Amino acid sequence: MASLDVTGLTVRFGGHTALDGVDLAVAEGETVCVLGPSGSGKSTLLRAVAGLRPVDAGRVLLAGRDVARVPAHRRGVGLMFQDHQLFPQRDVAGNVAFGLRVRGVGKAAARERVTELLELVGLPGAGRRAVASLSGGEQQRVALARALAPEPGLLMLDEPLGQLDRGLRERLVVELRQLFDRLGTTVLAVTHDHSEAFALADRVVIMAEGRIAQSGTPVQVWERPASPFVARFLGFDNVVPGTARGAAADTPWGPVPLPPGTPPGPCSVLVRPAGVRLGEPRDADGGGLTGTVAARTFRGDHVVVLLDMARGPRAEAACPLRSAPEVGERVAVGFDAADVVRLPPA
Amino acid sequence: MAVPVAFFALFFGYPVAAIVARGLRPDGQWDLGHAREVLTDPVTAQVVGFTVGQAAASTALTLALALPGAYVFARFDFPGKRLLRAVVTVPFVLPTVVVGSAFLALLGRDGLLDEAWGVRLDTSLWAILLAHVFFNYAVVVRTVGGLWGQLDPGQEEAARMLGASRLAAWRRVTLPALAPAVAAAALMVFLFTFTSFGVIEVLGGARYVTLEVEIYRQTAHFLDLPTAAVLTCLQFAAVTALLAVHARTVRRREGALRLVDAGRTARRPRGAAQWTLLGSQLVLIAGLLLLPLAVLVERSLAGPDGYGLDFYRALAAAPDAASGFAVAPLAAVGTSLRYAAVATLIAVVVGGLAAAALTRRAGRLVRGFDALLMLPLGTSAVTVGFGFLIALDEPPLDLRSAWLLVPLAQALVGVPFVVRTMLPVLRAVDERLREAAAVLGASPLRAWREVDLPMVRRALAVAAGFAFAVSLGEFGATVFIARGDEPTLPVAVTQFLGRAGELNYGQAMALSTILMLVCAASLLALECVRTHRAGEF
Repeated sequence: MASLDVTGLTVRFGGHTALDGVDLAVAEGETVCVLGPSGSGKSTLLRAVAGLRPVDAGRVLLAGRDVARVPAHRRGVGLMFQDHQLFPQRDVAGNVAFGLRVRGVGKAAARERVTELLELVGLPGAGRRAVASLSGGEQQRVALARALAPEPGLLMLDEPLGQLDRGLRERLVVELRQLFDRLGTTVLAVTHDHSEAFALADRVVIMAEGRIAQSGTPVQVWERPASPFVARFLGFDNVVPGTARGAAADTPWGPVPLPPGTPPGPCSVLVRPAGVRLGEPRDADGGGLTGTVAARTFRGDHVVVLLDMARGPRAEAACPLRSAPEVGERVAVGFDAADVVRLPPA
Repeated sequence: MAVPVAFFALFFGYPVAAIVARGLRPDGQWDLGHAREVLTDPVTAQVVGFTVGQAAASTALTLALALPGAYVFARFDFPGKRLLRAVVTVPFVLPTVVVGSAFLALLGRDGLLDEAWGVRLDTSLWAILLAHVFFNYAVVVRTVGGLWGQLDPGQEEAARMLGASRLAAWRRVTLPALAPAVAAAALMVFLFTFTSFGVIEVLGGARYVTLEVEIYRQTAHFLDLPTAAVLTCLQFAAVTALLAVHARTVRRREGALRLVDAGRTARRPRGAAQWTLLGSQLVLIAGLLLLPLAVLVERSLAGPDGYGLDFYRALAAAPDAASGFAVAPLAAVGTSLRYAAVATLIAVVVGGLAAAALTRRAGRLVRGFDALLMLPLGTSAVTVGFGFLIALDEPPLDLRSAWLLVPLAQALVGVPFVVRTMLPVLRAVDERLREAAAVLGASPLRAWREVDLPMVRRALAVAAGFAFAVSLGEFGATVFIARGDEPTLPVAVTQFLGRAGELNYGQAMALSTILMLVCAASLLALECVRTHRAGEF
């Protein structure tokens, strides 16, 4: 297994900068997931590390060795492509054995390894099947087995679970996690789905426009997004500009309570939907904030209520099923300081 | 890329330059006054005008008749399809002189139509155009149909679900995808008809003369090398301009296509319209392609004492002084096959390397090279053959007596086919599959062998088939350089045709029939190889 160390990596396409001085380290045996919207440069990062994309500036170290002059096929990294790129003219076993064959592994040894890997990915006995006859999930598993077969020092996955349905995805995330733990593989994955990244990774790295916006454990990132961009990307829509003044912040909605110890000054304020409390509206000028329910979205164990606030932008609240107000109802809105996060100004 | 460049420089650039120099610098001095004289001659203008006009008309007619054929072969499944595909390719490889004679026998005085309805077309432009369609039908069917068969019908279905009519879906989805192949096919047909030689020589009479015929006449009849050299340069310039235009149009269109196994896109025709289309193409093939061939066979069997194998028996007879042959004419079959096999090997290696180089790199230089590869098609074969004799006759390159000379000249004509056939398919191979192979540890060469080769095997087989076929039928250059004791089939046929007498004519027809059967047999074998291999997909 090998560590990956990327410093100042820059890749330009014509006038557009796809990667802008990216620094990233993946320790031996660690699973890091790069998370970002499409076009943020995450696939380019994988391709640059794999040696498929020429680099304009910066260095890539694999196991401490600069690989600038090493062509893709000698880097010893595995890459699982987003759309698998299985070789259509070979059967499943032929695909999985490809990396072994080009390395000159003997036929018998290769066959044994293929059998082992197909069992590992949950497709025992599928070796003779044609690639075209596989479902999306099966193709994904074959692609994974193919990438794992040469025992790459670093395994890279591009949207590994992108095209799968939800149930399969959740099961596969758990399987992959266990598999990587067992094999001790160093893994660098990219995805646009934060739940996938959180479930898979020891550490997540969030990219925006070719730069790294935040890096940390899933819990760190979820609890303390580094910027309004990261917060919005993680699905939090209650982000407003404001000014912190001791125990509360001035925002377009009105005053929002802050957790104790929040430093004062201009900032952005994030309120998690679970921290938005709805109640009976009091008198018209009772001093509290009010809003009108614009829409309700049923989410299984709770309901997300979209509020037209009396002042300021819309807000989202997560309510228990029973107490969710109807569309058009006027409600009092309160915020729970424990679910409020002070972010740097936008 | 170095190998193809060297090959072309040595065996194409050098001989052609030598003959042009011989013409334009008669005494070691440039003599351009003569060039001006020839170029301003109204006869030259007339020849050029006719050459371009008939080529354009032939191309249009061929496309109009053969594009439906390409569709039929790509999308329909019917019994005997494989045999028929091989059969339509046979005309393409027949020596032009033989085709001319076959059409003469069909359309000329005392020909089949004359006997039946009193229709004679031998002095009309129609005879030339029909003969050109006869030749080039297969070019369109194979080039366009080959790609068409591999286009995913799902794309057209997607367009139809978005509200496009069947015709609109074809026009907006399939046609743009086919455009490079259609352009390539049209270009080939135009080039072939532009440089048409044998057909015009036999069917055109004195009225219709193309540049190529004029070059041949100046070289072989009047021994006027300077005039021939000027005309060669003129033809060269026209072909170069044509190729430049082609490169420009094709470049805009070529992109990655979704290719699928051709075997899965074809199905039985459904409904009256599709059966009518299939039927009309079968009638066309029967009337236009098979009828002349049938007449050819009929003439080879029609001896003075009724039908029999007399002419064939005469072919196997040991040579005597009167026949002018050094060996039994039948030996030409073996000679031809041997030469064609070697020529095919050379063409596939050189053309394959060139196509691979062209796929990987982009840039002005490479595009220029792309066009350069096509030049042998547009250059007078007579010039090439004569150039070989003049240029490659002294040390260190004294190849005059080497048997390799003939396959080399034949390969020259085969390479453009290999490149043209391989390039669209190679370019359509998804770059990311190569990347997938690279990250799995395959070197670029290995990736080519493991990823590209299996996918282009079909195209490679088609390319090899074409190279083999044109080598087998190549005449213009071979006639200059083939050794007297080892004539190829087409050369032997003309030797017979050049002599008077029914026996000689009959033997020519018999030998042509053998050549036709050899071509058909090898192409049929190729079709079998293709499907066998296709089973691996």
